[in-house]
Amino acid sequence: MSYHANEKGYYGEFGGAFIPEMLYPNCEELRQNYIRIMQDPSFQEEFHQLLKDYVGRPTPLYFAKRLSEKYNTKVYLKREDLCHTGAHKVNNTIGQILMAKKLGKNRIIAETGAGQHGVATATVCALMGIECVVYMGEIDIARQAPNVARMKMLGAKVKPALSGSRTLKDATNEAIRDWINNPVDTHYIIGSVVGPHPYPDMVARFQSVISEEIKWQLKEKEGRENPDYVVACVGGGSNAAGAYYHYLDTPEVGIIAVEAAGKGVNTGESAATSALGKVGIIHGSKTLLMQTDDGQITEPYSISAGLDYPGVGPMHAHLFKSGRGEFISITDDEAMTAGLEVSQLEGIIPAIETSHAFAIFEYKKFKKDDVVVFNLSGRGDKDLQTYIDYFKL
Amino acid sequence: MNRINQALKADKKLLSIYFTAGYPKLEDTVPILNALQNSGADMIEIGLPFSDPLADGPTIQESSTAALKNGMHTELLFEQLKDIRNTITIPLIVMGYFNPMLQYGVEAFCEKCHEIGIDGIIMPDLPLDVYQEEYEAIFKKNGLVNVFLITPQTSVERIKQIDAASEGFIYMVSSASTTGAKTGFGDEQVAYFERISAMNLKSPQIVGFGISNEATFNTATKSTKGAIIGSAFIKFLTNNGVASIESFIKSIRS
Repeated sequence: MSYHANEKGYYGEFGGAFIPEMLYPNCEELRQNYIRIMQDPSFQEEFHQLLKDYVGRPTPLYFAKRLSEKYNTKVYLKREDLCHTGAHKVNNTIGQILMAKKLGKNRIIAETGAGQHGVATATVCALMGIECVVYMGEIDIARQAPNVARMKMLGAKVKPALSGSRTLKDATNEAIRDWINNPVDTHYIIGSVVGPHPYPDMVARFQSVISEEIKWQLKEKEGRENPDYVVACVGGGSNAAGAYYHYLDTPEVGIIAVEAAGKGVNTGESAATSALGKVGIIHGSKTLLMQTDDGQITEPYSISAGLDYPGVGPMHAHLFKSGRGEFISITDDEAMTAGLEVSQLEGIIPAIETSHAFAIFEYKKFKKDDVVVFNLSGRGDKDLQTYIDYFKL
Repeated sequence: MNRINQALKADKKLLSIYFTAGYPKLEDTVPILNALQNSGADMIEIGLPFSDPLADGPTIQESSTAALKNGMHTELLFEQLKDIRNTITIPLIVMGYFNPMLQYGVEAFCEKCHEIGIDGIIMPDLPLDVYQEEYEAIFKKNGLVNVFLITPQTSVERIKQIDAASEGFIYMVSSASTTGAKTGFGDEQVAYFERISAMNLKSPQIVGFGISNEATFNTATKSTKGAIIGSAFIKFLTNNGVASIESFIKSIRS
């Protein structure tokens, strides 16, 4: 059994392209070309050059000595927080902007929740001199003001999504509507491993540089490519997809996915899609999503804006359903405590999304010799105000 | 013969109206249907509201949100429609997004439609290949015509595929847009209508998106079988209420 997408974009029963006909030509153009373009040597060269010189890759794989001592196991941190713009998101936006250029597009649209993907998109658009429009929920615009300012400074136009709950889900709807209305010249840079085929697979491939590096870095440090576990937080799931990618079909590597339980899985204020979701269609993909019995998509909650997506990428739905991945839900409180702990043990302030991953020690015991790689997907600068308010710093 | 196919044989241009079930008020579904038939609409698309209508512009987004807030849901719509064939004789189509249908159960949904006397289904986000592989047999068993969309960007090859798979009409989206985004047609649209007409497809075409009045209706139907009005009708309902529906239909067909 493979845990990668098949040629129709299915991971087991999940994935596909459930899109209105208006989007078919765009998605089809991408589907027919993405693998060919990505495998083209000139594309590869430009992509890797930019990852090296502009993003700052390879990011370190750091042995976290004090965390390891505290939890009596071998903890490694994959430092995606050190990427330019502060998170793994830029790996994908670099890839997709080059893809857009190859496809002859001259206008970029994107959705963003907390603003990290919006900033990463605005950044590469500035780099390439391409027009950029970022959709962001009106509510998120208000609560993520610094990232809105960053996008504007980078020359992007930030358009408020005024429909529905006015957060990430609605920003995604607005971006898709923009694409319907601009079918010829525009490329939509989706920020996660969600959306219609080929997006989940394409984004996972761009993010797969994370596990590609882990393999050789771990070989240098531990004499083996395979850790015992790879741990990542999952909202839509792009950082996790990148961290798992080269280990998906290696059963001896345990895959641990950490979701946001919000105020508690059963409180009605949660984003733990694996626990609360049912099979359905969201943003063109068949996956697990939070919805009413009647099939209306519901609004998730998490203290972390990057994890409050009502669905999960189809790769992750399949990892969950098949049992290949172990899914753990972490509450706001547990995540915040873990974030503070990592800050004080390792001198690294993680993004609140990532902090969820560090809270699993309460639920998952590792052996002394286990090698556990955490994908440190982003840095906590953007979350300082939330940390300050929470800890009354 | 299915009522849709019968209507398509009639020697006139068909006027089809879309409305969102449960809007403006929860109980308006049956009164709207009766008023539309009585004032001369030829076909009706009953919109099942969805929380995330991707292909719709603000007007239908708002009517959908309001309908859900009013308490509309799939089972209730079926309940409201259970005796509808006592009064309504024109074709009825249920239009919505695939997720609510999937949650209800595709087979149960189709059986219920059959029981009520629904003639067709439009689910824009149920793609052709998935329909053919998984659901076509269920639709057919229940006598339901599935309607596919084409747009100005749809390739000739795919139009032919869609035509072959269609048993009623092809829903011809007038321009690359969400619903209600544009009004009026330019030379580009007219050329597109004529281009498709010249393909001599087996399925008649009915144009949707961008039709709001008599002039646009006439332009859209010059080389096609009919036209669908959605957003403009919803706006009319918002401003004038259910009691004035006749004046809207008469204004399209003076």
